[in-house]
Amino acid sequence: MEVNQEVIAHLAELSNLALTDQESTRLVSDLNGIINYISQLDELDTSGIEPTYQVFEMENVWRPDEILLQDADREQLLALTKEVRDNQIKVPKVL
Amino acid sequence: MKTANKEITAVSLVQAALEKAHKFQETHNIFTFLNDIEALKKAAEIDKRIQKGENVGRLAGVPYALKDNFLSSEGETTASAHILQGFTSPITATAVQKLEAEGAIMIGRTNLDAFAHGSSTENSYFGPTKNSKDLERVAGGSSGGSAVAVALDIVPFATGTDTGGSIRQPATFNGVYGLKPTYGTVSRYGVVAMGSSTDCIGFFAQNPEDLDLLMQITAGQDPKDMTTLPDFYGKDDEKFNDPIKKIGVIKDFNNEAVAPSIRKALQNKIEELKAKGHEIVELEMPALKYALAAYYIIVPAEVASNLSRHDGIRYGFRSEKSDNLNALYEHTRDEGFMAENKRRIMIGNFVLSSGFYDAYYLKAAKARTMIIDEYNDAFEKCDFILTPVSPNPAFRLGEKVDDPVAMYLEDMMSVSVNLAGLPGLAIPAGETEDGLALGLQLVGPRRSDADLLKFAAEMDNDSRAGSTETHADIFGGKD
Repeated sequence: MEVNQEVIAHLAELSNLALTDQESTRLVSDLNGIINYISQLDELDTSGIEPTYQVFEMENVWRPDEILLQDADREQLLALTKEVRDNQIKVPKVL
Repeated sequence: MKTANKEITAVSLVQAALEKAHKFQETHNIFTFLNDIEALKKAAEIDKRIQKGENVGRLAGVPYALKDNFLSSEGETTASAHILQGFTSPITATAVQKLEAEGAIMIGRTNLDAFAHGSSTENSYFGPTKNSKDLERVAGGSSGGSAVAVALDIVPFATGTDTGGSIRQPATFNGVYGLKPTYGTVSRYGVVAMGSSTDCIGFFAQNPEDLDLLMQITAGQDPKDMTTLPDFYGKDDEKFNDPIKKIGVIKDFNNEAVAPSIRKALQNKIEELKAKGHEIVELEMPALKYALAAYYIIVPAEVASNLSRHDGIRYGFRSEKSDNLNALYEHTRDEGFMAENKRRIMIGNFVLSSGFYDAYYLKAAKARTMIIDEYNDAFEKCDFILTPVSPNPAFRLGEKVDDPVAMYLEDMMSVSVNLAGLPGLAIPAGETEDGLALGLQLVGPRRSDADLLKFAAEMDNDSRAGSTETHADIFGGKD
């Protein structure tokens, strides 16, 4: 798999990153180097092996469906943002 | 404890720590924030409570350093990233709450590779932290600031996080102990997420006994972190009762990719263990060779997901460049993340994207199973495994920072422990001829954390036998 500018542009879109041209060029070589390294996994015979996604050993941790006391209230959370109007966070236009 | 005995006051302890912190900050760039006002206020309160005869806790007045990816209301939590600047958390991490409930006092937040992405603390928005032994060399990473704060004796302990070696590697680069516990031992609630399936909270200290105390205090199930294990820390496991231990050594790890000084330190430790009657077991673990490749697929995938929350809307930095919402996300993230953050996000989205998922992510998840199986088999044959932590002692500042693969290779012997969720303890192992710190790691089966520390303490006490030096100055004679 060879990463080119087109792949970088697609990944940048998936990643929500407005990369500069210089960054994109650099990432082509960085990602090719990294993918070349991780591709050594091809050597490993994994036939018949189940994948592992977590090492927690437990499943379905339940708790009662009750509202727990929150560590932060709405005012504190809204205070972290740049601009608030009527208890809502103001953002630039969507379109 | 000495503080409680009124021999020394909390204020004098905290003041001394802050003075040292300010002094070394100028040369080593250890902290992202120094907590002068709050720390001294808390220390004065503790002294007052001691005078009244109140129970002030097992860490009363003990100053500590907090890696800057733990949330608390004292100072901004930045994770050494521009994108979190201006963020003062309204919530406090469970681990911090537990430490402070025992009277510990945070004197400063420590520098890290932004979002804990790195092995040198050079990927920090605040610039690199310098090695405690050599100002021309890296501190290791990502918890570089915490390791140096303990190594320079500014504080007796510091917190860290270890996703692929971020506690153990800087510990060995600076000659201190560093514990990465079993996955799920200490709550991750209120800690900036990196790779959720391998992230662990742990500590740096000068000796295993102090690490044990910190684990007694912070380990335990937390309803706010559904991945914490039911309480187990400190419960006796009969498996480890025999004073003669079987120590596994991995054949493949003793090769030319590892610096001669580290191979020698490993050999010396093996001889030392043999001399004390322990049995050395040679292990063949061929899948471990692939751990680094699997790690740099699995963790970036989790990173891409975890870092998607940083959008410039709700907290932290927001780019001024945008006239619409999507551009705001994209510019905030481009300006706010460091180059290494972006590399990992991009790699993560690559290995998860359609067409490549099976070849990379699924393949890595299967390799992970093989690595876990190899460790399970190994622990049928031995109690603990002794390996290097990193292939080299501390490297020079700037030496690897422009070559991501060279930097990743530094993690080759630490990441498999995270993929398998095992406890790993970095132990000091002397110095190179140039005075650089050397270290090794002891790895145990899941839930053997306390036994690992106990064994390390025995090794440590034996090698200190005859010396009058003790560690008990600050943590005191336990009650």
